[in-house]
Amino acid sequence: MANAVHIVVCAGIVPDPLQTLEPVTGPNGPGLKNEMVLPAVLDPWAASALYEAAGLAAKNPGSKVWLVSLGPKAKLQQVMMTVAQKVSFQLVPIDSPIGGFPDAHATAAALAEAISAIPDLDRTKCLLFGGWESATRGAGVTLQLVGERLGITDQFQGVDQIDLRDDGSFEVLERVEGGKHQVSVCAGTPAVLGWATGNLAEPRNNPQVGMANMRTIMPALQKAKAAKLEANGLRYVSAALPKQQRTTRVVKDMAPDEIAAELVAWIGAE
Amino acid sequence: METILVLTHADETGSALTRASLEAVTAGKELAARLSASLTIGILAVDATAAAGVLASTGARLLAVSGEAFAQARYASDAAACEALCRAAQANLVLAPGSSRLTRVAAGVAHRLGGFIDTHITALGGTESVEATRWFYRQRVEAVLSRDVRPWFLLLDAGTHTAFAGEPGAAQIEQIAVQLPTQRTTVSGFRAPAQDAQTIRPDAKMLFVAGAGWTKKQPDGQIHAAEAGELILGFLHATGASLGSSKSLVDQGGEGNSVLPFLTHLNQIGQTGATPRHAKGLSTCCHGEEPHVVGWRFIGDRRAISLDPNCGWTRGKADVVYIADAFQVMARVNELLASAKA
Repeated sequence: MANAVHIVVCAGIVPDPLQTLEPVTGPNGPGLKNEMVLPAVLDPWAASALYEAAGLAAKNPGSKVWLVSLGPKAKLQQVMMTVAQKVSFQLVPIDSPIGGFPDAHATAAALAEAISAIPDLDRTKCLLFGGWESATRGAGVTLQLVGERLGITDQFQGVDQIDLRDDGSFEVLERVEGGKHQVSVCAGTPAVLGWATGNLAEPRNNPQVGMANMRTIMPALQKAKAAKLEANGLRYVSAALPKQQRTTRVVKDMAPDEIAAELVAWIGAE
Repeated sequence: METILVLTHADETGSALTRASLEAVTAGKELAARLSASLTIGILAVDATAAAGVLASTGARLLAVSGEAFAQARYASDAAACEALCRAAQANLVLAPGSSRLTRVAAGVAHRLGGFIDTHITALGGTESVEATRWFYRQRVEAVLSRDVRPWFLLLDAGTHTAFAGEPGAAQIEQIAVQLPTQRTTVSGFRAPAQDAQTIRPDAKMLFVAGAGWTKKQPDGQIHAAEAGELILGFLHATGASLGSSKSLVDQGGEGNSVLPFLTHLNQIGQTGATPRHAKGLSTCCHGEEPHVVGWRFIGDRRAISLDPNCGWTRGKADVVYIADAFQVMARVNELLASAKA
């Protein structure tokens, strides 16, 4: 178990991307219309992090995976019914408002507090995973802030691959500009890895894994602590849907040659 | 009175500022002029003296952190450097480019300084206060926000400001000493596709998106992935366009299906992919559903080729949609481009 790692995955829940979103302004600032009834899913990038965490844990016996998720308890329960069937983990839920508009610093503080309170977590063996951005706020800062709060100063963002070596060091591929990966070698845990898509496909549902997970998920949800997210001076002036709606010209009866000529002229036009 | 620091960094040469850094300088100058604020520019580079030459005409105070330790983009050293620059500048507004290098560390630095951060800023406005525009829910909701607390870090999206282009000259820079923590991470290099296969070109005028239809069965009942690959690469070669893809197509590789070998998740555009900025975009064999199209938010002129007259592109998401077979059209486009070149 020389390479057993303790992987904490921070993952938010987000509206299903196929849903229509409409911002509304309430007494606490902007939110989404009918937010609580919109179907939710695990944040896609964070989901990549969870699958990579499970893959890494499977390759390194003795490893453990925790999923720390912040959202309204009812929503968390709904999303976990699906997520729990994918891979094994222990849920650390935090009962709090949903959405992209709360301040990332407040979210990070709540996550860091919850992670610090995980009883069996060995922070020297910790790999803090999450999405490099989210499908809600998409700021790409929460994981960094959690890492700083936990005193972890080896951080990687836009990660697509981690290779854990026998000596405990690991190689990381991070996305950088121009379709390239930066290759880094870190001496060992602890570290923060904000995942892009990774390389693993979404695992198939496994009812046995789901049943095992749900035995611990339901009690954890019942005990979830409530977190109040401070505004930290954040004030919204406006939140609106983009007004741009294009007037589409649909061309149905043009021959491929004519289309090609029109496209080539369009490509060449300044 | 606000005091503004613009954090910048050098490119891979170590002695020239990145374009995104120069865009942040423009934003800083504009904001300083509007707020009557003092402007400081911080430089992170191996050779900051050389990099600073282009900033000589800004009239700003120039601070720099230099040395071989900063040749590599690494959290521990970059965060320490940026923290030192911020402490030396004593600024209450910090602007920085949203590059991979500074995006990796800016939030951590803000936390160390007791400050707050907002990222992906696309515009800075406001009259009596600073108001920043950014998108939420993957470019589906646009919001304007402000903060009363300082220091406030703002990371600017690339392409939202013009790059600063002043007369180069000898610049007076103040070198800032940095106490580096123990380095546990070493950057060993970059991994990129071979030059011919590099299909992601952020500076290209045009985005070409390949959707899952390219690897579906064609009218003859067969899959023509090899032919699709030739057509796509031929077009990219002829036009210099950047290649994007829908999630469904790149996911096929992970599921063991026939795929285009030059496509990776790095090409993915949309909800879980990139949101690039190009003047024009041409989508082919893609349905144009919302999770993909959110990645087109900053594409100017949009056209699509699709066999489906009810696809998402026809519902106000593209300027022109051709209901046609992309194999036939792109083959002819490539012929025309080749003959024009000849």
